[in-house]
Amino acid sequence: MATFFGEVLSVYSRAVDEDDEDLDENEEDEQIRRELDEKRTVQLQWSTDVTESLRSGNKLLCSDFVLAVGHNAASFLSAYVLASAKWDAVGRALVWNERSRAATGQTSEESACVFYRHKDTPAVLICHVTCYVAEDQQFQWTEKVFDCLQPRELTVTVLSDGSVADYKTADYLCSSSAPFLRALHTSAFSDQPVCQPLEQPNIVTGLPAAVLNHCQVHRIAAVVYQCYSDVIGPDSVTMETYKPTLTKLGKSIQVNSSPQTDALRKFVRATEIQSNLYI
Amino acid sequence: LNSRMFISSQNLLVAFKRFTLVMPAVAVCNVGQLAVDLIISTLNLSRVGYLHTDCLIPMAGNNPYSTCKEDAEGLHCPAEVFTAAERKLAVLQIRVPIIQKKSKKFRQMLVSWIKSSGFSRTVVLSSSHAYQRDDQQLHGTPLRYLATPSLLKVSVDTLKELGWREMERVPAFPGVKDADAEPRLCIPGGGITKGLYSDSCLAEDLPLAVLLLFCSEGDNIPDAFALVNHLNDWLHLLDTLGCECKWKIPTSWSLLFGSGIPPALF
Repeated sequence: MATFFGEVLSVYSRAVDEDDEDLDENEEDEQIRRELDEKRTVQLQWSTDVTESLRSGNKLLCSDFVLAVGHNAASFLSAYVLASAKWDAVGRALVWNERSRAATGQTSEESACVFYRHKDTPAVLICHVTCYVAEDQQFQWTEKVFDCLQPRELTVTVLSDGSVADYKTADYLCSSSAPFLRALHTSAFSDQPVCQPLEQPNIVTGLPAAVLNHCQVHRIAAVVYQCYSDVIGPDSVTMETYKPTLTKLGKSIQVNSSPQTDALRKFVRATEIQSNLYI
Repeated sequence: LNSRMFISSQNLLVAFKRFTLVMPAVAVCNVGQLAVDLIISTLNLSRVGYLHTDCLIPMAGNNPYSTCKEDAEGLHCPAEVFTAAERKLAVLQIRVPIIQKKSKKFRQMLVSWIKSSGFSRTVVLSSSHAYQRDDQQLHGTPLRYLATPSLLKVSVDTLKELGWREMERVPAFPGVKDADAEPRLCIPGGGITKGLYSDSCLAEDLPLAVLLLFCSEGDNIPDAFALVNHLNDWLHLLDTLGCECKWKIPTSWSLLFGSGIPPALF
């Protein structure tokens, strides 16, 4: 191959070579790659008392771990559970990847993945994830978080947002059927899920799948409730679809069964402002 | 490293000593994975464990091989190992792509797991882009094989009897007569196939064979049957009735082209 200035370089033809073979990298490339990998590492920040106990080798005693992935799931938990003001934020996970916004979005990034613990029942831990966790970070996120939790007697519940466009069924789905819930649980989960099981050939991906994989392999009871919705973005009807999932949790913590509509509206409105398409 | 990758799903210790391992390479058209699905569902293999690693993209679903409503539930993970102890057969299924920058690490972990498990031989089912074949590859059957020296030592006669075609090496610079350039092995679209084969040849000397098919993206179910029948000619997993094998298509292959269509269309 000749460059613009006419030097002839020995470059092999792409047409007959592997596209994913490991090429010999120069030092600078390697350094950039290493720094990027470092930046992509998931970091957990716990409050001082949790950090203390983790350092002394005591993992968090946890009977219920509720994880909400997506804006609807997170807003649902905020309105129905966290609104009772009996919750402390005890930690957060920092995730940086190609979809993270630059310095301007700093505050939203920091609040994108927060852990809350109940004041009276500290064995209940709740986590909100509203940021994007990249494919190469999901496994790591799960390993790091579960490394802080005592796995014995632990039950994990994941609420996850999905799109009805990703749901496959032999019957045609009419528009009135969405939103709806489907459950997928590990072998160690002996309880009865509150909704129908997820049918083949549908699958769960992303962070909820990473949590299920980890719990299945390590024999932890876990269930994912996937909500298939036909609305993009936060929506109060979709949030209410998650309501039956809390019946089980209601025993250990108080659940605000009917929050004021205003509370839900607040979460919906927060994103509406950004859209001026029809003004 | 490898001992941490394989996690048993049973309380018993799993022994693979002298088993034959069949595994797919995640490659173009997913033919290897489809063929492995056919083996698992037809022979009704039982799951013995998982390959739990950060090299694979997380994914979960209910039983892909369910035959009735009762066994529809049961969580399945990205990479799982199945066995039929009486046949001395182990099958690894990989259901997801490998995270690109970790493909080398995954390959190395696989090789060391294969080595430490004591499999007598490993068969990798793979595929390659049909459109990148050169002139000599365009002729005849689209099926090819590759075998490492240590496998050839024990199976050279069998392979000769089968009359299979070995994967051709292609010239480094097609059309240019250059005595220095040695013909090279190219498996475009084959994912980790080439790396796995070269690692097994050179550094580790594992008894490993690659069976691959040239194919194009689309409905690749016929390709999967072609590849699994080809494998069956060698391993005799299933009795051939006449000239047709009765492979069982798993339920997870349904709705390949999406959901049902609205009845209002008609």
